[in-house]
Amino acid sequence: MGMTITEKILARKSGQAKVSPGDLVTVGVDTVVFVDTMFVPTRWRKIKKLDHPERVVVVLDHRAPVPDRQGAATHKIAREFVDQYGIERFHDIGYDQGISHQVVADHAYALPGSLLVCSDSHTGSAGVFNCLARGVGVPDVFYAATLGETWFIVGETIRYDLSGRLPRAVTMKDAFLQIAGRYGDHTNTNVEYGGSALAHLSISARKTLTTMSTELSADFAIFDPDDVMCEWIRARRPDAFECFYPDADAKYKAVRQVDLGALQPLVAYPDSVVENSQPVAAAAGTRIDQAFVGSCANGTLEDLALTAEVVRGKRVDKRVRFIVTPASQAVYRAASEAGIISTLANAGVVVTNATCGACGGTHMGVLGENETCITSSTRNFKGRMGETSARIFMGSPATVAASAIRGVITDPREFLQ
Amino acid sequence: MSMILEARVWKFPDNINTDLIIPSGSIYLSAAEQAKLAFKANRPGWVDDMRPGDIIVAGKNFGMGSSRPAARSLKMLGVGCVIAESINGLFFRNSINYAFPAMECPGVMALFNEGDVAQVNFHDGAVRNLTAGKSITAKALPAKLLDLLQAGGIYPLLEQKGIIEPQT
Repeated sequence: MGMTITEKILARKSGQAKVSPGDLVTVGVDTVVFVDTMFVPTRWRKIKKLDHPERVVVVLDHRAPVPDRQGAATHKIAREFVDQYGIERFHDIGYDQGISHQVVADHAYALPGSLLVCSDSHTGSAGVFNCLARGVGVPDVFYAATLGETWFIVGETIRYDLSGRLPRAVTMKDAFLQIAGRYGDHTNTNVEYGGSALAHLSISARKTLTTMSTELSADFAIFDPDDVMCEWIRARRPDAFECFYPDADAKYKAVRQVDLGALQPLVAYPDSVVENSQPVAAAAGTRIDQAFVGSCANGTLEDLALTAEVVRGKRVDKRVRFIVTPASQAVYRAASEAGIISTLANAGVVVTNATCGACGGTHMGVLGENETCITSSTRNFKGRMGETSARIFMGSPATVAASAIRGVITDPREFLQ
Repeated sequence: MSMILEARVWKFPDNINTDLIIPSGSIYLSAAEQAKLAFKANRPGWVDDMRPGDIIVAGKNFGMGSSRPAARSLKMLGVGCVIAESINGLFFRNSINYAFPAMECPGVMALFNEGDVAQVNFHDGAVRNLTAGKSITAKALPAKLLDLLQAGGIYPLLEQKGIIEPQT
């Protein structure tokens, strides 16, 4: 019996010919990403020995630039760590700032067949590059960075074969909401994405799916490699890499078909991402106080361009705060050069610098009591973006933008025909 | 650390996420202060009602979401262990990391009513309802992970190796 992509890379990284679901494997780690939440003074442990600083990437992203003194103390610790070990891949406030998962994509830090860990839960995002990546705990990051290895229990894999082309105004966020709504959580299971639809899907579109797979509680999320992916990486770094495909006789827990052409815009209702999706029409007319496009799931140039397409020449409803946060300063610059930032600003959108921002509920768009928000970010959990009485609907950037213009949850097909 | 636990049960539903255990905006609080906020949004007052040693029995997908150290908060409150229908992989890692016992046990929600007394054996996976006189078997932890958990998790290990400084 053959292996899935995840099993193949875990076998390679653990020095075995084969691994199977249920195995506990110790694997070598290629890349360890430290994000700013690692350096919070009550969490940080000073590292006395770091033999391979070249393995490490440091990104200040969750609250950047810092809004308060605790944040300042946190980022200061990060800079001291970077200086102590001469870490070159450091993404401080400035030109190379961004959310770690977007920074990893912008710089192609995640090579196919490699293993990457980070203490942010959405690290599976890098699976779009045929890289085995996942969020681990803060203590795991200390362990992996200093000892160069970590452990995983091999889970079963569910494969999704994507076919067809997304209709106008429908995005991979809607594809995700379809999967999350229909199939619920994927706890202890890896997900593998492939299929004929890849020919029509950009890296950014695919990345929404790998990033959001965290919300399925999937262990690893990974895409089949293809030319689009290889070209993305080659354009950004010269290193050789090896792509991993599933064996023809790989054993899956399930193989599921998703016809992208049959999808419609969806929203997740508040408090749970899984088992909570409905057509936008079901929630249409719900008054909103805030709209947000951003995060590691939907802060790419394509997401900003789609948002601009919806709001161009219009004005955000007076009762709505519409916040757009690019996922990296590289995205911000590209959006600026394309005229997207001015289109957004002219419509009354507040465009912020790159950071996790409102997604985490700690700065730049915190929700007040009983407010309602529609977001394209990663989570709609109770209290996630501010007060626990606030309600958070989740949809695509197009749905968020259409809702911001109307002041009520709105089907984006009313704007994008 | 004894790995046979006996205490009363509190029941929690499916899909308990880590934002419910450690709310957004509490990242700079001490571990003890953070722990006091557990389940404030979905079960206010519970942290005062529970007693050290009590056991959480939960539905599927327990601990979904962020990597924040939710297991550390439950340990800090004195929760004996979590036994759930299924457990998010990242929460499970942190339970090992912070030496907080947690085990998956399909069928556990039906085995207990809230307030029943449970006996949980992490060595062989036996989960008993002492009140009702019924038992089932959980998915016992791999020996290597149980050893790591019993040794206090990752931090003591890294401290002994001289790799990180003890917390000041």
